[in-house]
Amino acid sequence: MTLSTSLRQDGQAVRRRSKSGRLQDWLPRLVLAPSVAISLFFVYGFMLWTFILSLTSSRMLPSYDFVGFAQYGRLMVNERWWVASTNLVIFGGLFVAICLVLGAFLAILLDQRIRREGTLRTIYLYPMALSFIVTGVVWKWLLNPGLGLQAMVRGWGFESFTFDWLVDPDMAVYTLVIAAVWQASGFVMALFLAGLRGIDDSIIKAAQLDGGSLPRIYWRVVIPCLRPVMFSAVMILAHIAIKSFDLVIALTGGGPGYASDLPATFMYTHAFTRAQVGLGSASAMLMLGGVLAILIPYLYSELRSRKHG
Amino acid sequence: MHASKRLHAPRKTALALATGLAASLTLSSVQAGDVEVLHWWTSGGEARAANVLKELMEAEGHTWEDFAVAGGGGETAMTVLKSRAMSGNPPSAAQIKGPEIQEWGELGLLGNLDGVAEAQEWETLLPETVAEVMRHDGQYVAVPVNVHRVNWLWANPEVLDAAGVEMPTTLDELFAAAEPLREAGVIPLAHGGQAWQDATLFEDIVLATGGTDFYQHALVDLDPEALGGEQMIEALATFKRLRELMDDDMSGRDWNIATSMVIEGDAAMQLMGDWAKGEFTAAGLTAGEDYLCAPAPGTQQAFTFNIDSLAMFRVSDEGEREAQQDLARLVLEPTFQEAFNLAKGSIPARPDLDMSEFDRCAQQSLADFQRTADEGGLVPSMAHGMAVRTAVQGAIFDVVTNYFNDSDMEAEEAARRMVNTAQAAL
Repeated sequence: MTLSTSLRQDGQAVRRRSKSGRLQDWLPRLVLAPSVAISLFFVYGFMLWTFILSLTSSRMLPSYDFVGFAQYGRLMVNERWWVASTNLVIFGGLFVAICLVLGAFLAILLDQRIRREGTLRTIYLYPMALSFIVTGVVWKWLLNPGLGLQAMVRGWGFESFTFDWLVDPDMAVYTLVIAAVWQASGFVMALFLAGLRGIDDSIIKAAQLDGGSLPRIYWRVVIPCLRPVMFSAVMILAHIAIKSFDLVIALTGGGPGYASDLPATFMYTHAFTRAQVGLGSASAMLMLGGVLAILIPYLYSELRSRKHG
Repeated sequence: MHASKRLHAPRKTALALATGLAASLTLSSVQAGDVEVLHWWTSGGEARAANVLKELMEAEGHTWEDFAVAGGGGETAMTVLKSRAMSGNPPSAAQIKGPEIQEWGELGLLGNLDGVAEAQEWETLLPETVAEVMRHDGQYVAVPVNVHRVNWLWANPEVLDAAGVEMPTTLDELFAAAEPLREAGVIPLAHGGQAWQDATLFEDIVLATGGTDFYQHALVDLDPEALGGEQMIEALATFKRLRELMDDDMSGRDWNIATSMVIEGDAAMQLMGDWAKGEFTAAGLTAGEDYLCAPAPGTQQAFTFNIDSLAMFRVSDEGEREAQQDLARLVLEPTFQEAFNLAKGSIPARPDLDMSEFDRCAQQSLADFQRTADEGGLVPSMAHGMAVRTAVQGAIFDVVTNYFNDSDMEAEEAARRMVNTAQAAL
């Protein structure tokens, strides 16, 4: 009797445990299911929809009158699209490169066990807390020839000083780089600083014992160790560059003319204010294609080398 | 477990009650005489003006549901409107203007106002050019709210006097005024380097150099021969010369900042539509004394109009349709026309009003409006979306603003591009 009771109780316990075990197996999936469904629908579903729209003659409202790749053809002969794409290459390339170099440099300087490091770090990191709209407006004032830097230096007596990139169609895109670098390099610095702190001191000491000079140690030992950080930084910066929209709107408004247009502002203008939903969608798909063309090889090489290394 | 369940129960009932109540509330508000009006009259004076219409509607026993969407010359409002229309739930009326009315009409979304139009005799009340904009497929679908004149020149008389310059009436006089004004240390022409402002100046120059017929052929009918012809090249070259009159920092400047430069005396003149008057009035200045207005140089015989209108959407509810008809009627009635246009700086859409309350510029504007309507100088403004569809307008903007800002581009090249892009955008 007692034996059978205890057996039965054991059996129940096992069954209960297996039930809760099964629940535990399913719980993560259950909890994740809504967010997976939402992102499937709102990210990939809308990507698909945008692609479908890019094949139609949609103007003011989406329509399903399919015209093949005609919208892409129109985009290819659109002067403004090429200006926007070229600008993205210039802006994206310079922005990512300068942020990485400047961020790494600042991080190395800050890593010299200096006093008041916390304060300095906060000062450099702070611009990241601002929205691009604020950054854009402030730099618009600073770079305005009649209001900002140029006027100030001229006020000091240097009458011939000229810094009018903001109103120069050939140079306006570089003002975007200046403002974006100001905003993001502190953040890259923080990333690199965290990476530097993660490097084992003994490696550096070993290198020192081997007689390596300080720059050489940084170049050959420390920076290669920062490769994963570099990877994250490039990912984050690249997507900031490609989706840059608010900065352009606030700083240059795409101008002078449309000299500082980026694909994101091109897409917005055509899809939402010029009643050319089809053309806008086609440009959005090309932007997506551009992102994938950069990201996939990079992800592939990084993830593979990490697995082997 | 049980306790908490029992605790939950009343809350659930309360929730159900609340939802039920909310549902019944929305149900009751959809019933008879309810109009939802989407507009972007959100700045101080405009909002007050829109409120007049609301009060008039409420006096008729209708419910006014305000659907004001601020920002960006209506871009945001249009985006909201599109999403509402796509979800099959458009508002009763929306602020839509120019050829966009045709685009909405083609989608079969607009209702019919022929009943009110006949009762109020719109055919005789409105100039044919204006009535044409309000009709789709021969039926009235929208009602004009006001008329803005775009081809105005504004000036600070003190600055002009100090430099010994008269208010220019021709382009030659305008260019000749530059030197004395520069010598007096002021910017001859205040301008903001934004695409629509560049286009506003461009259409003034097209009118001044080519006349209204050419304007009509080129910028309204998009005739490739006119768009790419000799006259256009001449207009473009003259247009670029305007840069001589401007300062170097204009890029991206808002129009009202440019107006305040005229008010402050930093600049002498500005070419801008009559909404600029709002800035002068807000600064406490009187038309004709503290600031001058005149038709843009060389365009005395023309009137480029920019008309705000309310288009009515097709609705199924009988009460709502009734309210729409009343709304259309009230919009054109003198009470609203006077109150709204006094607040907005524009002129009434009907010419038979007592204009004594209006300032000198508005009175001249209305006189010119009637004169040009009779003589054929009344043309829709391309820069303000009255002449061509948004896609074409955008394409022309691109060429114009790029040409204006690119010191290397020749007028011939710009004219060639204008023909190509206008065709491509059609």
